[in-house]
Amino acid sequence: MLTYAARRLLGAIPTLLVILTITFFLIRLAPGGPFDGERTLPAEIERNLAAAYHLDEPLPLQYVRYLGQVLQGDFGPSFKYKDFSVTQLIWSGFPVSLQLGGTAMLLAVVIGTALGAFAALRQNSGLDYGVMGAAMVGIAVPNFVIAPLLTLVLGVHLGWLPTGGWGSWQQMLLPVLALALPQIAYIARMTRASMIELLRSNFIRTARAKGLPERVTIFRHALKGALLPVVSYLGPATAAVITGSVVIEQIFGIPGIGRYFVQGALNRDYTLVMGVVIFYGVLIIVFNLLVDLAYGLLDPRVRYD
Amino acid sequence: MRNFRKFLTCAGLALALTLPAAASLRAEIVLKRGNGAEPESLDPAISTGVPESFIQIDIFEGLVHPGPDGTLRPGVAESWQVSDDGLTYTFKLRPDAVWSDGSPLTAKDFIYSWARMVDPATASNYAFILWPIRNAEQITKGEMPKDRLAAEAVDDHTLKVTLRAPTAYFLQMLMHHSAYPVPRQAIEKFGPEWTRPGNIVTNGAYTIQEWVPQGHIKAVKNPRFRDAASVQIDIVYYYPVEEYGTELKQFRAGELHTTYDVPQEQIPWLEQNMADQFRNSPYFGTYYYGINVTREPFKSNPKLRHALAMALDRDILIKQITKGGEFPAYGWVPPGVPGYEQQQVSWAGTDQKTRVADAKKILADAGFDKSNPLKVELLYNTNDNHKKIAIAIAGMWKQFLGVETSLRNEEWKVYLESRNKKQFEVMRAAWIGDYVDPYSFLELLRGDIGEQNPAGYSNKDYDQAADKAANEKDPAARFKLLAEAEKTLLADMPIIPIYFYTQQHMVSDSVKGWQDNLMDWHPTRYLRVEK
Repeated sequence: MLTYAARRLLGAIPTLLVILTITFFLIRLAPGGPFDGERTLPAEIERNLAAAYHLDEPLPLQYVRYLGQVLQGDFGPSFKYKDFSVTQLIWSGFPVSLQLGGTAMLLAVVIGTALGAFAALRQNSGLDYGVMGAAMVGIAVPNFVIAPLLTLVLGVHLGWLPTGGWGSWQQMLLPVLALALPQIAYIARMTRASMIELLRSNFIRTARAKGLPERVTIFRHALKGALLPVVSYLGPATAAVITGSVVIEQIFGIPGIGRYFVQGALNRDYTLVMGVVIFYGVLIIVFNLLVDLAYGLLDPRVRYD
Repeated sequence: MRNFRKFLTCAGLALALTLPAAASLRAEIVLKRGNGAEPESLDPAISTGVPESFIQIDIFEGLVHPGPDGTLRPGVAESWQVSDDGLTYTFKLRPDAVWSDGSPLTAKDFIYSWARMVDPATASNYAFILWPIRNAEQITKGEMPKDRLAAEAVDDHTLKVTLRAPTAYFLQMLMHHSAYPVPRQAIEKFGPEWTRPGNIVTNGAYTIQEWVPQGHIKAVKNPRFRDAASVQIDIVYYYPVEEYGTELKQFRAGELHTTYDVPQEQIPWLEQNMADQFRNSPYFGTYYYGINVTREPFKSNPKLRHALAMALDRDILIKQITKGGEFPAYGWVPPGVPGYEQQQVSWAGTDQKTRVADAKKILADAGFDKSNPLKVELLYNTNDNHKKIAIAIAGMWKQFLGVETSLRNEEWKVYLESRNKKQFEVMRAAWIGDYVDPYSFLELLRGDIGEQNPAGYSNKDYDQAADKAANEKDPAARFKLLAEAEKTLLADMPIIPIYFYTQQHMVSDSVKGWQDNLMDWHPTRYLRVEK
């Protein structure tokens, strides 16, 4: 299994190189530059700025220079947040996004699978319709509706919880909830669907025929199999959620890295965009690997030797 | 655990040593400010935005400084003299001015800071603000070494500055953050990281203690500030809340004392329900549409430009769309510059009906009618408010004049590029003055300013009046020349003024000393928080 993991990680290097190259040239293709603003700068000042950030060099040279920096783990200075390097910005925001996203994902997995399994076992009952109806609402109502609603009711009118900021557990509650709700809904629906399918399969009928207690049949056999599609979903979903949600971060004023994806692009902050895209790429690769490894544990048909 | 206790004891001891005994006895007074956006930098030579300037105004102090009402007060300079030709300023610095690390603040610090500002190696966006100082422009352009800047330390506390032309707004300009002194000792030691907590040395009422990017900045009172005794608030938090809706909720929940702005659509509600804490006052800015005068049909027909400007019902726009109590604009320079007579277009005194009738006639004379309507493309940057205004104006043009307007919106940076390259017919824009002087606005329409000119406008009379004003020492005569320039501009109408800005804030009942002013400056050192 270790050799398999090592091989996969080595195989990721060309992928990352492609991501880096495409992003590098694509962002420079976008009209406008990092230093354009309401006030157009005198030409000499623009020249000074371009020289300070090596933007006056030919593109291939800039590319090689950037590649060399990245190999040394340096993403360069941010063009917009000039007192920080991109690496510093990512390391300052990522722990926050990780804590927020990680908690939300954990909550979503526990509650989502439990709800989905319950609904599957009571298929077509009132409980099933209730859970699935709620899940549909959870998927259909976007974050930017739920989150302001939660803060307005619980924060402004009732005064129970802070409406924004980061640092205390009270400040975590609402954003975690808002971030987890749609994930709970997705996972519940997915668990229910695959559970229903599995409960009809031959090996479950065999298990029941052998006289295994229902508890063992459900937990050891059915649920384990039903989790497979959930696990494949969790890989990219976790990578996406722990790199921050721009909506949730904006609404609750949370210092994560989610907003850098959007702000970086809008500001033409070349280095910041490159930094977060590469970082996100690495996370996706790592989580996809974890998913595949988890398959080995969950699915007896998959073995890495 | 033991280490932690040790740390606490040490920290406590250090704190007890630095704070005057009396201060530690009372509870610390905290002010929480919504501050709009994450600062791009706290370095006065690097930053360009308003949120940054609100922090810098608290941590630095220039030769002169705005008071609670935004007007000019002596800062590090206790007095100054201007030579008869208006070219030489001699500043007497306060002998007790020190940096927050205890080192003295001298004339040399200002020379270092300004030379650094205009040095091409610093790559400062706003270097040109200091160009009125002799040789500054040449230094930025790389034509002279930076030690040729015409600022001289006669002694530690006397600073002599020579200008290239009598610049009447020079003192106003010195309130801009570009002119603040910066700490050489910290910059040389820490390089680009000198603004970080722990590294930064300031000379204002506060100094930075914590900086969590996108989280908050915490500033604490600088006990060495020359006027520390009068500073009442001990700790200031600046929160970079970008969403005005979020900011308002935080304010209503009591998590913020003041806000950076308010959501436009909630202004009527705020006026009804929170009028006592809602502040709305004039701001030094103009919202306008620029007309590309390098292209036909507008190039050779100024009357046509007037027609578009006349058919636009500003009162309806302000009452129904913007709703922020803005002022209809019939001139370019916003009201509020002391001593400057506000200029207006010739038809400002007529009513809307007459204007529309006159505008119709102009269009008919130019050969436009129902079968051959004037077609205009209107460019704006993607934003809900700009869109609403554009739709309303296109509607007015259609209804009153039969003009067919097509709307084109572009993302901010794309829009800027289209605008600079003059790839538009009519476009929306806005300008906020850097200092309280008409020239802060009039400069923009000079024929020799390059891409910045929002209309591609060029008129020799205009430029000459502006040049004459630049060399005029007498303030009243200078304002007259500038007014003449503005008159020329309004007759040519390369830009359609729409409204003069207002600024909105929520200010908690507990915050005292907040005075509305044209530049929207509210230094924390003049505020108090009462329970």
